[in-house]
Amino acid sequence: MSDTANRQSQNQALLSVRSLSVEFGTGQGVFRAVKDVSFDVRPGKTLAVVGESGSGKSVTSLAIMRLTDYTGGRITGGQVLFRPDGGEAVDLVQASDARLREIRGNDIAMIFQEPMTSLNPVFTIGNQIAETLILHQGLNGREARLRAMELLQKVRLPDADKLLDRYPHQLSGGMRQRVMIAMALACNPKVLIADEPTTALDVTIQAQILNIIRDLQAEMGTAVIFITHDMGVVAEMADDVVVMWKGEKVEQASVREIFSAPQHPYTRALLSAVPRLGSLKGQPLPKRTPVMVMDGGVAKAVGDTHEQDTADYTKPILQVEKLTTRFDVGKTFFGRVTHRVHAVEEVSFDIYPGETLALVGESGSGKSTIGRTLQQLVEPTGGTVRFDGRDMAAMSQGERRRLRQEIQYIFQDPFASLDPRHTVGYSIAEPIIVHGLIKDAKARERRVHELLEQVGLQPHHAKRYPHEFSGGQRQRICIARALASDPKLVIADESVSALDVSIQAQIVNLLMELQEKRRLSYLFITHDMAVVEKISHRVAVMYLGQIVEIGSRQAIFENPQHSYTRKLLSAVPIADPARERAKMRIEGEIPSPVRPVGQEPAIHRMREVAPGHWVAIEADPLRGAA
Amino acid sequence: MAGFIFKRLLQAVFVILAVTLIVSFAIRLSGDPAIMLVGGAGSVTEQDLQNIRQALGLERPFYAQYLSFLEGLLTGDFGKSFMGGTPVSLLIARALPATLLLAFASLAASIALAVPLGVYAAVQRGRWPDQMIRILSLVGLSFPNFWLAIMLVLLFSIVLGLLPPSGMEGPESFVMPAMTMAIILTATNVRLVRTSMLETLSQQYIMVARSKGLRDRVVLYKHALRNSAIPLVTYIGLQFGSLIGGIVIVERVFNWPGMGTLAFDAISNRDYPVLQGTITVLALFIVLINLLVDIAYGLIDPRIRTE
Repeated sequence: MSDTANRQSQNQALLSVRSLSVEFGTGQGVFRAVKDVSFDVRPGKTLAVVGESGSGKSVTSLAIMRLTDYTGGRITGGQVLFRPDGGEAVDLVQASDARLREIRGNDIAMIFQEPMTSLNPVFTIGNQIAETLILHQGLNGREARLRAMELLQKVRLPDADKLLDRYPHQLSGGMRQRVMIAMALACNPKVLIADEPTTALDVTIQAQILNIIRDLQAEMGTAVIFITHDMGVVAEMADDVVVMWKGEKVEQASVREIFSAPQHPYTRALLSAVPRLGSLKGQPLPKRTPVMVMDGGVAKAVGDTHEQDTADYTKPILQVEKLTTRFDVGKTFFGRVTHRVHAVEEVSFDIYPGETLALVGESGSGKSTIGRTLQQLVEPTGGTVRFDGRDMAAMSQGERRRLRQEIQYIFQDPFASLDPRHTVGYSIAEPIIVHGLIKDAKARERRVHELLEQVGLQPHHAKRYPHEFSGGQRQRICIARALASDPKLVIADESVSALDVSIQAQIVNLLMELQEKRRLSYLFITHDMAVVEKISHRVAVMYLGQIVEIGSRQAIFENPQHSYTRKLLSAVPIADPARERAKMRIEGEIPSPVRPVGQEPAIHRMREVAPGHWVAIEADPLRGAA
Repeated sequence: MAGFIFKRLLQAVFVILAVTLIVSFAIRLSGDPAIMLVGGAGSVTEQDLQNIRQALGLERPFYAQYLSFLEGLLTGDFGKSFMGGTPVSLLIARALPATLLLAFASLAASIALAVPLGVYAAVQRGRWPDQMIRILSLVGLSFPNFWLAIMLVLLFSIVLGLLPPSGMEGPESFVMPAMTMAIILTATNVRLVRTSMLETLSQQYIMVARSKGLRDRVVLYKHALRNSAIPLVTYIGLQFGSLIGGIVIVERVFNWPGMGTLAFDAISNRDYPVLQGTITVLALFIVLINLLVDIAYGLIDPRIRTE
């Protein structure tokens, strides 16, 4: 290929989306999900399409291959021009179904968000990968199987030959997403569309998947359209960025320009809301900072800067000592237990009044089980829990009920945790009624209104139903409900994880503000290290049911000692494209906490490296925490 | 697997015990078979009746009669009919194939109809073909089986003169009873397939299959249908019980010499051994079908296989 020809193919877009508009017919009329969106995809480059829920980014990704046809969507205008090998452009919007089927999975392939549901549960892995090869490349069954095995090796799955005959449910989420990538790359597609491919995965797994996509892209020269809401992932993956907001493209630029000189107010608001790991370096206390909020097309700063000096370290409100929670799984024919989930193993920590303790860890670390045990939703197998100096195990029924009032819970999913058949006013009032706190109906109503105002909603919202609110508003309602019984300790289990970043930043600020006003203690359970850095006073890192490191926020983030803490921190994508990419190779699955009966896990011994900073002693730190 | 089947067989024994106990007890509430036997004959003395009862073993207490029935069961002997003394096992051997033929043929026909219709309705969700299929299925559901049977007879035998109205004279005799059963089964099965397919079609892996460039037919019948089959198979297992119940009535209308007719006559004649025998065999079949359904789950869905 001559130099000129080479340059030409470099400049010419492989895929051009031109003025694309997509509509959905709904009960209330037509919803315009994508409005007049245009962008180009260059060979071998990654274009990130960024936006929050409702931005139209996922619909755009489906519309490229006209998969919106199957979701009730209608492409009402525009073109999707695809130029394989620099030849004649095909408009995918107008192409026949047969032509489209030739392109799907062959020239353009797609990876979806949920690895747990994107593989068909009733067919083997090998069968599902081979299907594409047989269809598009005309391979026979044996050739396709061989090629499928090579593909599995390419996505770094061990024991590829055995995996071919496995079913999806026998694989972890991270492994399934690798299988999905292998399947998508089977026919060497020119364009790979990845719709939030790592959102549902743990951070250390996410880091591995991102590496695989990046490496294979470099190897095969694939163009990637990467749909995401995570600015950290954008910074690590993208060459070019398209920012979408309410169905429209509001900005397009190279990744460095987007981060260093964002033009559109929405882009600026979005970037300001992104929690950045390391942003509180050198500061001992967590800090509230203003959030940029879009207000009628203009970005507006909300809130003030405030150090969260709320913790009172004289006497702990909660003392957890050697807490152990196990579940029986797997029974023989005669009902004898064969396996146990060692969810929590001899975990000890204290929480002080006005303090936020973050419990961080990945799937299976036992962090949520601790929360549920404290909320008395799960019976502990051993250990003691003291609240305000009283032993929970020695409490009478009445005292236990009273404890439920003093310890409240905010769940992850604001959609599922409110009863759709009750008004939000009723949901908020319920704890007050149950615990008999306010008998007078009028006074109760006043209290509900007061709570709604405290979480940033209006008193008249009390008469509405949950479906009338957005996700962020519902989480505010859940917070109001948690506060209704005037608790001392609130357990927030991934309470901001499902929210868009701009909403997330506001809710984090709200939680911190409430902590200051009411001297609340929080047990903040999460996998998101960047949020942890912003909100917590102290941090406990959990791995396989045990705490491997606990200390002040500053100690954990600036002087991490345990190899797992370091791995976790290095896996977090940093929202800064100027940083060097892929600095650390992370390998390995997250091991399972299920063990055969009789094989107890070894309990880590802890040593104090600095006052209040404890670290589990590792046999061989180079081999990782396992 | 062996453990699972063993457990199921153990269950089956208890089911049969319970069913036969209830049936044996209940039919004895219907009255005295001796009176049925002598029915019509002029002068019958109490002594005559007593002799008949003695000959049939009916003067013994209930538990003794039931125990000797169970004893017979173990050796495969269902006893003899009160009417004419034919061995019950012989009567069943004659009637069972006719009923099974009817049951399986109507079930097969209904599946062959319900699957494509249900899949099509799901794909066309909300559009007119879906509406039509749903309305038709509701109409089918609303028919009582005996009424439908009589209407079919009116149409095909009386008006059109195409099919024999009753009996088992040749292949044509078989059409209407099977059709009656199949129409009613199809009406429910279509809805089941439609609902189940709608659920499956909204799954991510269906979108993945489409993104691979597979034809609609492959997406629907390979990827989606197998995932939708569990509810259908479950329902067929449950349906089999009511299918047998329905067959009793349909056999009666068409005078089809199957288990339904046999049981019906046994009830009218207070023929205890025949009724006990028929019900036991039918109960066994229902237990067996449900065992097959459980095994089928594992074949359809590998997630169930490993549990």
